[in-house]
Amino acid sequence: MQKRKIIRRILDNITEKLLTISGAVTGIAILFITFFLFTEGAALFQSPQFEHGYALYVNSSNPVNTLQPEETKAIFDAEITNWNELGGKDGEIKIFRIDDAFQIYPESELGENYELLPAKLGEIISKEENILAFLPTQYASQGTTVKALTAKNIQPKDYFLGKEWLPTATPVPLFGVLPLVLGTLLVSIVALLIALPLGLGVAIYLSELASDRQRRLLKPVIELLAGIPSVVYGFFGLVVLVPIVQKALNLPVGETAFTGSLLLAIMALPTIISVAEDALRNTPRAMREASLALGATQWQTIYRVVIPYAKSGISAAVVLGIGRAIGETMAVMMVTGNAAVMPQSLMESVRTIPATIAAELGEAPAGGAHYQALFLLGCILFVFAMIISISAEIISKKKNYKAH
Amino acid sequence: MKMKKQILLGLTLCSLAFTTSAQKIKGSETVLPISEKAAQVFMKSNSANKVTVTGGGSGVGISALIEGTTDIAQASRKIKFSERQKLQESGKAVKEITVAIDALAVIVHPGNKVNKLTKEQLEGIFTGKIKNWKEVGGEDLKIVPYARETSSGTYEFFKEHVLSNKNYMSGIMSMPANGSIIQSVSQTKGAIAYVGLAYLNSSVQAVSVSFNKGKSFTAPSVANAKNKTYPVVRPLFYYYLTKSESKVKKFIDFSLSSDGQKIVEEVGYISVK
Repeated sequence: MQKRKIIRRILDNITEKLLTISGAVTGIAILFITFFLFTEGAALFQSPQFEHGYALYVNSSNPVNTLQPEETKAIFDAEITNWNELGGKDGEIKIFRIDDAFQIYPESELGENYELLPAKLGEIISKEENILAFLPTQYASQGTTVKALTAKNIQPKDYFLGKEWLPTATPVPLFGVLPLVLGTLLVSIVALLIALPLGLGVAIYLSELASDRQRRLLKPVIELLAGIPSVVYGFFGLVVLVPIVQKALNLPVGETAFTGSLLLAIMALPTIISVAEDALRNTPRAMREASLALGATQWQTIYRVVIPYAKSGISAAVVLGIGRAIGETMAVMMVTGNAAVMPQSLMESVRTIPATIAAELGEAPAGGAHYQALFLLGCILFVFAMIISISAEIISKKKNYKAH
Repeated sequence: MKMKKQILLGLTLCSLAFTTSAQKIKGSETVLPISEKAAQVFMKSNSANKVTVTGGGSGVGISALIEGTTDIAQASRKIKFSERQKLQESGKAVKEITVAIDALAVIVHPGNKVNKLTKEQLEGIFTGKIKNWKEVGGEDLKIVPYARETSSGTYEFFKEHVLSNKNYMSGIMSMPANGSIIQSVSQTKGAIAYVGLAYLNSSVQAVSVSFNKGKSFTAPSVANAKNKTYPVVRPLFYYYLTKSESKVKKFIDFSLSSDGQKIVEEVGYISVK
């Protein structure tokens, strides 16, 4: 008898230790992930504007010393073609890339390991005074006739307030996250506006009006909705929802922010319904009966007594619904068209943060500026999610305070 | 307790045994079908060698190669200067093998009357200068260009070879995969996009292109890509470290052999031989 007791105590002890350890491990893992995310993301602002290992060079007689990222992009897209538009002398800008050198000189003249390349490049730049050369710094010549344009590191202002997301543009990638942030918020908030009335209606019906049999049938079906993988939702959206939206609203394209919101609303419904229904059903029987005893009708009881009592629970449902919508990746990626523009209307294509990360991280060179920019996007999403869960916490705390 | 330990030990030994004999291939989704099929056939005849193939993207494959977590990186683009520099810094040299050739087809909605475009027109459409189909001989309809994701090898190849290195129009629609591009183009009247030749099907219409200012137009097909009249083609690569050559040689040789190249054609790409 005594022995058994001792064994049980030891076992209890071990279980307790194991639980403590697993808690600690989880905590450390979360801290580690957060730390990793933010260090990778913050490294972006130590990266140069240009692709790693490259710089822009001009003839030293050129008065231009530095170029803004947008200006550089416009030049290479042939939208700015004259130096006088940039405060230089009048003369057409001649763009030169490293590959052009191989067309001017045969490879045999450049030496086995390209050791003659710097001299040749220097020659080209000094001969042509309107040149703008985009070259690897490794092969740049240090002659007096060649001037390197100064390049700053990527600025936080350009990142957080930039309006263009062109992460693989050469020579200057543009990492403006504003369209992505706004796109994410637009799609999620509209989704919530669609899902909230619908979800609340279903929750009220389930908790107050439905008979036991109906509830027993409906509840699992709605919960099944949460169990469908998001890719399946996306596929459904692309094949069914997109053509419907396109035809019904007579749009040139069906992949719009609105389609994404519609799909997200369907996906957020189960969360909203089950949380709101729980809150409604938690209203004490005594309160309902008191209201009915005073002569209120069933509808009056619902919206004067039950809903105000369950307010904090319903708010929690709203917040959790937003959380589901903001983080959703696959389904949104398949139906919103992913155009990285500042959202002008609901009927245009937008791109969300999760879709951007999912689509681009696989091909971005590890450790480069693009990679870090994507991590920083992850940080932004993390901050969003944190704000959402903290507010959900605060809201549900409020309920306890009221009840006692 | 003891038994548990034994099981654990067995598991670790097993996984160790697997890691030592297996060769890993990782990278581009475009090359993935070739590698998968080739690995299957290769393992049938060389049961001692295990080959595991995973996707992830060209960038993932090459960075795994630099970090030493894969033996072969499959890529649909050439290794970038910055990646090459990283390899140099860690004192590794890399070898490049062209395993197959892929052709890109420009596609439009099947109801579109336009069935041929020049390089200049394509450039105008994808950079946003040409906005309506009537400017290129079609009906009065807004052009909706679709592109692949900004970081896919296909996106960059098209930019380099068709757009003369200019950037795509800002706010171009971008789709995560070849399949969803086909789906979108088949249900959007003004759509234009590009996909790998292997993905072409009857729900969309392929456009003939001209790279000599409209003198001659060539339709995308395996035959035209093979006889080099079709201009929008790109090589697909395997990269491996020169020091691990002996380990991967057998598989590389197999994929370049006539059997391996037959697989390339079965999957829908163009053989290099």
